[in-house]
Amino acid sequence: MTIGQAHGALRVRGRAWVFGDEINTDDMYPGFAMKLPVHEAARHMFHATRPEWPSLVRPGDIVVAGRNFGLGSSRAVAELFVALGVAALVAEQYNSLFLRNALNYGLPAITLPDARALIAEGDVVGIDVEAGLITNHTRREEHRVPPFPDFIMQMLRSGGLINQLEDGGYLRLADAKE
Amino acid sequence: MAEPHTMIEKILGRAAGLDDVAPGQIVTCAVDMTIVIDIQFAESRLADVVRVHDPDKIAIVMDHAVPAPTVGDALHGSRARTFARTHGIRRFYDVGRHGIVHQVVAEQGLARPGTVVACTDSHTCAAGAFNAAARGLGPAEILQMVCTGRTWYRVPPAIRYELVGTMPPGVNGKDIFLTIAGRWGDATDHALEFGGPGLATVPMADRRTIATQVAEIGADFAVFPADQVCLNHFAEVAPGTPITPQHADDGASYAEVRTLDLDLVQPMVALPGTVINNARPVGELGDVRIDQAFIGSCANGQLSDIAVAAETLRGRRVADGVRLIVTPASQQVYLEAVRRGYVATLIEAGAVVTNSTCGACFGYHMGLLAPGEVCVTSSTRNFRGRMGSTEAAVYMASPATVAASAIAGRITGAAALEGVPA
Repeated sequence: MTIGQAHGALRVRGRAWVFGDEINTDDMYPGFAMKLPVHEAARHMFHATRPEWPSLVRPGDIVVAGRNFGLGSSRAVAELFVALGVAALVAEQYNSLFLRNALNYGLPAITLPDARALIAEGDVVGIDVEAGLITNHTRREEHRVPPFPDFIMQMLRSGGLINQLEDGGYLRLADAKE
Repeated sequence: MAEPHTMIEKILGRAAGLDDVAPGQIVTCAVDMTIVIDIQFAESRLADVVRVHDPDKIAIVMDHAVPAPTVGDALHGSRARTFARTHGIRRFYDVGRHGIVHQVVAEQGLARPGTVVACTDSHTCAAGAFNAAARGLGPAEILQMVCTGRTWYRVPPAIRYELVGTMPPGVNGKDIFLTIAGRWGDATDHALEFGGPGLATVPMADRRTIATQVAEIGADFAVFPADQVCLNHFAEVAPGTPITPQHADDGASYAEVRTLDLDLVQPMVALPGTVINNARPVGELGDVRIDQAFIGSCANGQLSDIAVAAETLRGRRVADGVRLIVTPASQQVYLEAVRRGYVATLIEAGAVVTNSTCGACFGYHMGLLAPGEVCVTSSTRNFRGRMGSTEAAVYMASPATVAASAIAGRITGAAALEGVPA
C-alpha cells in the first residue's frame, strides 16, 4: 500500500450527489446521533432532508453542494462523510468552521463557484486536489480551481491534523484506535 | 507607520506578531485561552496528549450534557477529570461549578479584551462582546491548540455596523440580531464589527446575545469595542487583570458599513428553518399556536433574561397545553435567580426551571419536540430537527416574547399583554 492510499487520497473519481444551499450541520449530524459511535451516526446523515441517502452512497462518491454549505455547529460532520467513504466535497461556498473541520479530517473540500451548474447528480467526477483540477467525465469538461495553501496540502497529504500531531510527537500513538 | 485597521485585523495581527495584516491573509496566532468542553472528550485522543502547551491557557467547562444523561457522556466527564488532574488545569468548571461555556467565559473573565479565544463550540464568537477574537473551531484544532498553543486564521473582511439612536425598552439583543439577520442576510466568511454612538445604550448582556448569534449568519467573528460598558464588566469579573484592548483605526477599510437605527428595532421573530432573511416583527407574524416555549442557552439564559421572564409571568399562568422550560445559563445565574425570587415566580406560573446545560437548545437530552409540535425559543438555532422531531417547527424570539407567548398560548409580543390583568 502506498502512502497516498494509506492517507487521504488526493486524486479521486466518483459519482456525484448534489445537495442545495445552506445545508446545515444539524441536518447532516443530528443531535441524537451525537450519542452514537461515528459509524452508526453516519447512518443518520441528512435525516431532515434526505434520510435515505446514507443507504445509497458508496465509497468513493463525491458530495456537491451550493452556498453556505455546513452552516451551524462545530460537530465533526467530516468524520461521518469519511466513515461512509465519501472521497471529497465540492461546494459553491462553505461555512468556514465546516470547511476547517473537513480539511482537519483529511477530507478534500473544494470550492467551485457554480458547482451545481457544472455537476449534476450521478455525473462521474474526477478531482486532482494537488493540481486544482476538477473533471466532469460525464460531460467531458474540465474546471480549474485555485490550489490550497501549502500547509493545507501538507495536512491533506498526512491524512489530517491528528496524524500530523502524532507525527510531531504531540500525541502518544494509540494502541487501538476507535 | 502601520496602515489603519479594523478591530479584527488588529487583534489577530497582535496575536500573530504582525503590524499589518490584510483581509484574506492567513496568519498563525498564539491563542490566549483554549476552552475544552465536555463533549470534546468524545475525542478520545485527548487522553494521548504528551504535554499541554500551557495549563494556564486552557480551561475545561462541563456544559453540553451535564449531569450526564448517558453512559457515554459520563465517560466524557471521567476523561475530563483525568485530563485536568494529569495536566494541572486549574480552570476546571466541573458539575456543580458549571454553566454553558460562553456564560462561564463571561463570568470568569476568560476572554480578555484584545486577545484570541478558542473553543470547539460554534457559539464561541460570543466572547467578541469583550473585544476578543473568538470563534468556534473543530475538535481536531482544539487538540492542536492544547498541544501547541497555536492555530491559523484567515483574516476576514469586516462589515461595520454603525449603531445610532437608543435601544428601546422591551427590546433585547435578540431583536437587534434578528433585525440584522432578517434584513441583511448571511455574512459568511466576514467579521462583524459593532460601533457608533448608539452602542453605549446596548448593555453587555445584549451584546453577548448579538455576538453569540452571529454564528447563525455564518460570520467568523463578532467584535465589539472595549468601551466603558466592556471595561466596567471586565473590572467587575476580573479586577486587576492586564488587558490589551484593540480599537478600530480611523480610516480602516470595511467590506461594507451599515447603519442600524436602534430606535426603530421592534420585537422580532424568526420563522422555522433559518434566521437568514427569515425574520419579521412579531406583530406581522399572524396566528401561530405553540406547544412549547423555551428560555435558555448561551444566547439568552442570562440573569437579565430570567428576570424579564419572571417579570412577564409574575401573577400570570402559562397557558393550558403549553410547556414553558427555563434553563439558567450557569450555576451562578441559577443561584442569583433563586436569591431574587425569579425561580419561585416562574414555578408559580407553571414553568419548569431546569439545571444549567445546553440540553434543550440542541435537542440532546431534554425538552425535545414531538412531530407536529410548535416551539418558540430564545435559544440559538431554529434549524429543522434541531430541538427534536424533524416534523416540529421552531420559531425564535426574545425571552420577553417567549414568556408572553407561553401565557397567550400563541406567539405574541410582550406589549400585547399590557393592560391585560395579571
